Amino acid sequence: MVSPETQPDAWSSWQELTSARIALGRAGGSLPTREWLTFSLAHARARDAVHIELDSQRLSDEMQSLGWETIVVASQAHDRTEMLQRPDRGRKLRPDDAIRLQQLASTATPRPSDGYTFDLAILVADGLSAVAAQGHAVGLLKNLLPPFQDRGWRISPIVIAHQGRVALQDEVGSCLNARLILSLIGERPGLGSPDSLGAYFVYEPRPGRNDAQRNCVSNIRPDGLPLPAAADTLIYLLTASQTRRLSGVELKDDRVLLEENTNPMKSMDSPSEKDGSHS
Amino acid sequence: MRIWRSHLGSTTWVFEGLGELLAKATARRSGDELAGVAARSEEERVAARTALADVRLSDFLEESIIDPEIDEVSRLIIDAHDPAAFDLIRSLTVGEFREWLLKYETTPQVLASIAAGITPEMAAAVSKLMRNQDLVLVGSKCQVVTKFRNTIGLPGRLSVRLQPNHPTDDLRGIAASILDGLCYACGDAVIGINPATDNVPRTTELLKLLSDLIETHDIPTQSCVLAHVTTTMQVMEQRAPVDLVFQSIAGTEQANRSFGISLSILDEAWQMARELRRGTIGNNVMYFETGQGSCLSASAHHGIDQQTLEARAYAVARRYQPLLVNTVVGFIGPEYLFNGKQILRASLEDHFCGKLLGLPMGCDICYTNHADADQDDMDGLLSMLGMAGVNYIMGVPGADDIMLNYQSTSFHDSHYLRQTLKLRPAPEFERWLIDIGIMDESGRLAPVTLQHRLAQHLRLGISPA
Repeated sequence: MVSPETQPDAWSSWQELTSARIALGRAGGSLPTREWLTFSLAHARARDAVHIELDSQRLSDEMQSLGWETIVVASQAHDRTEMLQRPDRGRKLRPDDAIRLQQLASTATPRPSDGYTFDLAILVADGLSAVAAQGHAVGLLKNLLPPFQDRGWRISPIVIAHQGRVALQDEVGSCLNARLILSLIGERPGLGSPDSLGAYFVYEPRPGRNDAQRNCVSNIRPDGLPLPAAADTLIYLLTASQTRRLSGVELKDDRVLLEENTNPMKSMDSPSEKDGSHS
Repeated sequence: MRIWRSHLGSTTWVFEGLGELLAKATARRSGDELAGVAARSEEERVAARTALADVRLSDFLEESIIDPEIDEVSRLIIDAHDPAAFDLIRSLTVGEFREWLLKYETTPQVLASIAAGITPEMAAAVSKLMRNQDLVLVGSKCQVVTKFRNTIGLPGRLSVRLQPNHPTDDLRGIAASILDGLCYACGDAVIGINPATDNVPRTTELLKLLSDLIETHDIPTQSCVLAHVTTTMQVMEQRAPVDLVFQSIAGTEQANRSFGISLSILDEAWQMARELRRGTIGNNVMYFETGQGSCLSASAHHGIDQQTLEARAYAVARRYQPLLVNTVVGFIGPEYLFNGKQILRASLEDHFCGKLLGLPMGCDICYTNHADADQDDMDGLLSMLGMAGVNYIMGVPGADDIMLNYQSTSFHDSHYLRQTLKLRPAPEFERWLIDIGIMDESGRLAPVTLQHRLAQHLRLGISPA
């Protein structure tokens, strides 16, 4: 119901053309009450997504009920605030957790042919949205893991990390002696997308890998890139990575014929524009 | 490298070189702490400021904070310095310079006459001794006017970049946002699209959408697709309708290299764009974006604080007499600017330093959802920048950029600022808005119907993408 005090915009039918917040109407020249509250709700959800802690117990229980082993670790950032302010600490494991992962790897015998303990390690981390990891990681893995299990890939127990950034995968994968590591991590929440999950993987993980050596599948959520489609892409890319023994800029999703440099950035933080995501 | 000292009570504080002194004197921000260059205590910060106040402006000509041998931005700063323009302030210390800037006698004309004599490091240094109100007051005394198809930066005016981004560059989606913005009297700085896909065909397609709209309705404004400069150069070679060349720039050669640019690339692009002569009343053809933290993010900060490096990016910008320069202040995230207070301070510093150096500064007043900031913080910042005479701000539908996933200022926000501070659009654009029936003579928005010819443009003028 439009308030009698709102001057509506005649072009509300154009809202079908874009999800941008157009034709909001106005009070004088200012935002109508209803629109202000709608915006506030979206921002509140995004803020909550950043600050809510990952419920690793619940996530772990859910995974174990599916027959998956799990291990819960934490980065050197002690809380959400520290992780936001000190991304460097979110990229390193606490020393005792690093030892636990190394011990876990040492209980299995490395494959003699290549020396790796695991073909694929899996890391689920809160990143910038615990809501995303909590909500979509299990669903994505349900779609993703079976083909690799069928092929006899050795998959690590699922590592669940608190206060983790993307590059935490370097140390986790290295401790586990894994050939490949895939992280499912909460992305920086957008106003309409508090639950967006990112998937990053790197071949031969070890500390010091840079972002050009990683592959990323972004915006995984029911209203963005749906979970089954994301799983298909990742299955393709991970298989190609294992075959070609590399990851990063040289590994592309060749199933797409059009060559497009998707470039959701503006300024300063990368060669192109406006990207502050830096998870 | 000179040693700088300040004696506070029984403690002597020592700072090695101007770089360390500037970093330690900077207001607290997370990026400098992340880089390990910030003051370790509040007292050390004030000690650094105390020492900085006694540094002579001419000392900055003696010591480059980044070695010119390895950094072309340092060489540019040295080569571009104008000794004649510097004469008036040559004898001043940084502390005296702050007072000189605040004096009644230091008028906009005086400030314009010394701009070429000020280096980025001098501007950054004095800004570190200034409170927010000083930054607003002196910023408001600096007037920088630029022209292409309209006049931007005149006193009493506020322009808006209309930013109609769409996650898949859908032409009708973008057009809907543009028309929405025009009906809210926005778009006089530029109608500027950040493309989701940075390539030649896409950029060309978007440029044609914009030039059709501008030509059909005789809109006294300019367009820009904010692709990488090398993409825009290819597009210009193919004779697509390029008004402005955009590029993100930073304050060190190494950071610029990580952006895929150098001064020689920018030189070439500037030359190409000027030769197109598409401006009707002026030929300021460049559009730059900057932002504190970009050098650190690129691991190219050389131990210098992020605000000083930001000011050095303005040395790059002013070489090209740009139409528009804006800092994208809160986009980079909380590891560089943690909260609303840090974002506010940074944006006022950036506006001040840019204007003092002679740039037509605007600001993308913005934040991300992982920063500790909200719309109230942006309102404070918007209001203070309005008082500081910012040339332009962003206009994003509902403040929500659905492609870049951050919050900037909305069309409604720009109207708030124009109302409260009695600011008007660029004069040519204002005339057009009144003539076409979007705004009345008093600056109030008029209701626009679907029969309006702009609305018809969307229905008839654009084929489905």
